[in-house]
Amino acid sequence: MALLRRLAAALPLLASLALVGCASDDGTIQSQKLSAIKARGSLICGVDGKSPGFSFVGPDGSYSGLDVDVCKAVAAALFGDPTKVDFRDLNSSERFAALASGEVDLLSRNTTYTLSRDAAGGNGLSFAPTVFYDGQGVMVPNASGIKTLKDLAGKPICVETGTTTELNLADRMRELNTAYTPLKFQTGDQTYAAYLQGRCVAVTSDRSQLAAKRTSFPDPAAHTVLPDVLSKEPLSPATVNADPAWADAVRWTVYALMQAEEIGITQANVDAKVAEAKASTNLADLRRFLGVEGDFGQQLGLPANFVVQVVKAVGNYGEIFERNVGTGSPLKIERGLNRQWKQGGLIYSPPFR
Amino acid sequence: MDSPLLRRLRRDLFATPLDGLISIVLVVALAASAAGLLHWALVQAQWAVIQANSTLFAVGRYPLDQQWRLWLLTILLAAATGLSWGLLRALPRPDRPARLWPFNDRLAAVLLAGLALGLPLLLRLGTAIQLRWWVITALLLLARWAAGRWGRRIPDPVRRWIPLIWPLLYLLGMVLISGGLGLVNVSPSEWGGLLLTLLEASFAILLCFPLGVLLALGRRSALPLLRWGAVLYIEFIRGAPLITLLFLGQNILGFLLPGGLAPERVWRAAWVLTFFAAAYVAEAVRSGLAAVPLGQLEAARSLGLAMPQALIHVVLPQALRVALPATVGQFITLLQDTTLLSLIGLLDLLGTARTVMANPAFLGKNAEVYLVLAVLFWGCCAALGLGSRALETRLNTHSTAKA
Repeated sequence: MALLRRLAAALPLLASLALVGCASDDGTIQSQKLSAIKARGSLICGVDGKSPGFSFVGPDGSYSGLDVDVCKAVAAALFGDPTKVDFRDLNSSERFAALASGEVDLLSRNTTYTLSRDAAGGNGLSFAPTVFYDGQGVMVPNASGIKTLKDLAGKPICVETGTTTELNLADRMRELNTAYTPLKFQTGDQTYAAYLQGRCVAVTSDRSQLAAKRTSFPDPAAHTVLPDVLSKEPLSPATVNADPAWADAVRWTVYALMQAEEIGITQANVDAKVAEAKASTNLADLRRFLGVEGDFGQQLGLPANFVVQVVKAVGNYGEIFERNVGTGSPLKIERGLNRQWKQGGLIYSPPFR
Repeated sequence: MDSPLLRRLRRDLFATPLDGLISIVLVVALAASAAGLLHWALVQAQWAVIQANSTLFAVGRYPLDQQWRLWLLTILLAAATGLSWGLLRALPRPDRPARLWPFNDRLAAVLLAGLALGLPLLLRLGTAIQLRWWVITALLLLARWAAGRWGRRIPDPVRRWIPLIWPLLYLLGMVLISGGLGLVNVSPSEWGGLLLTLLEASFAILLCFPLGVLLALGRRSALPLLRWGAVLYIEFIRGAPLITLLFLGQNILGFLLPGGLAPERVWRAAWVLTFFAAAYVAEAVRSGLAAVPLGQLEAARSLGLAMPQALIHVVLPQALRVALPATVGQFITLLQDTTLLSLIGLLDLLGTARTVMANPAFLGKNAEVYLVLAVLFWGCCAALGLGSRALETRLNTHSTAKA
């Protein structure tokens, strides 16, 4: 019994030693997660695996998508090799348990950043910057001539029942003082089938979902997603709260993608930019960002040139967006809120200094 | 105009005016839907989604440069199947009719050949893949023919051991799939598609049977601890939906055994399936045990057999024969239950289908994908069902009822 009691007393101490990453006196990073991943030699990344444009398995057995590219970026930051990722498909109910139990190192699975998921008293996650600002949208046939939500007055709208989508639509239309007829369906498939049959003049869901569904329509170009956004769905990668050093490494890898786009570093020109930075000592910002001088990498527990490795592997944020979900992809989602802040969007990296 | 066929048609379909009307309506409806399906399958459907992802459907993310191991396994399986099939034909039990199948055995062979010839063509698989399937089918039929022709000449002691190739092949298959003995390891997270579905189902089927028999015996044991333990287990498992047990297995084990000690997700699911099916098999076996008159056990005991001997040699053979149809039914259910694995993020057949349908290049091709899935599952379940019928016919030495 005495032994048990002593063990019990020691447990919190052991746990804090094991779980909490901290910088030791000589400035090197101690993070259990980071060292575990480095020792393992690969990152374990939880993805959805069945989400068009965000994560799916291609015919050759490789994963692709925007969420997948975030995993690859982190692997490239750690190892200089985007292929050093083990993907785990997780459904929405098991994703947080898988993260908490340490089964996955990083969750990159179109997860909405909310208070209860972030709070220590809630799911206790640590969110990386939002990589896709999604939100509920409304799709209409071009021929209907509808341009705004107000134009939907008195018209039937197809909506999946029992979802927040249904509630958001009702709230927003009440705010606008616009009466409409909701046509409710049990499943997404029924909802879109009814829309295509013309039983309603609009269908509502998350904008990324609308875009994905639209590609399977007989004539995708004949349908438009209205500019109105009915809800906030910031989709962000997440790690556990307990290891801040690991969370920082992920956070700044994502910021690096955004910063690279802002200052015009692409997959194609990154080598030239490094050469440029090495040649001129005047380009202090660029030199620090690309790891030519300074110790940003070391402060995060990453290689000095982690930004170069990341951009070489997956490109900058804009390239990732265009390739997977943007106008260069079958989904054809407009950048919208996901533009750089200088273009009026929300993609904004804090300074690398 | 009075051929036997016509007479039969008249008797079966047009006996009375009402019969005739019903027959015509049904035939027209069937023909219309068959024509609709054919038109869709041949004209409207876009089979590129299957064609492009055929490897994914077959083996999931299994590394390309290691897939020869799976081809080798398929070749061995085909040879073993042909051998067993031929031997069953060549060596009918003396007290049974030679016919094993509910329909003509040659017809089964022709159907198999037709499927092997037609399906790869229909799905427009690559020439190399097509050729391999043809060779493998030819090998199976050749082995069947050879074993059927020369099976009788194999000396009896050797013949007795031939069924052992199946467990050996299973172990060899495990090594070929996962690695070891000089082969590169292939992580279970890279297994998928039909490979994963069949692997999970066969693993659970093989292990749940002995476990179920032990549980059934435990439930009828005189020792209270054993009896209550078995009752508790069976009733707990049967009271919980499989999906909750699967979630439990995936989520709880990670907390109980942190640091990568927990078995791979694929194996966790396999064990959950096994433990789940064992409870149902136990109930099927218990019904078999209940059908064996108590006098059998008493007679065996009074002949001086110890309890285990009496169970193994007298009671269980009779009980299992009775329980066989229900048990095989459970196996078929188990095979279909593996589709639940897609809900816990494994890339089984259904999981693969869902990820393929999420590929922006193939969005909206749901009908094509689900149809192929249904055909694949039907094929697997039909094979299991036919096999069990053959086994029932072979074991059923007492009743003269036809299968």
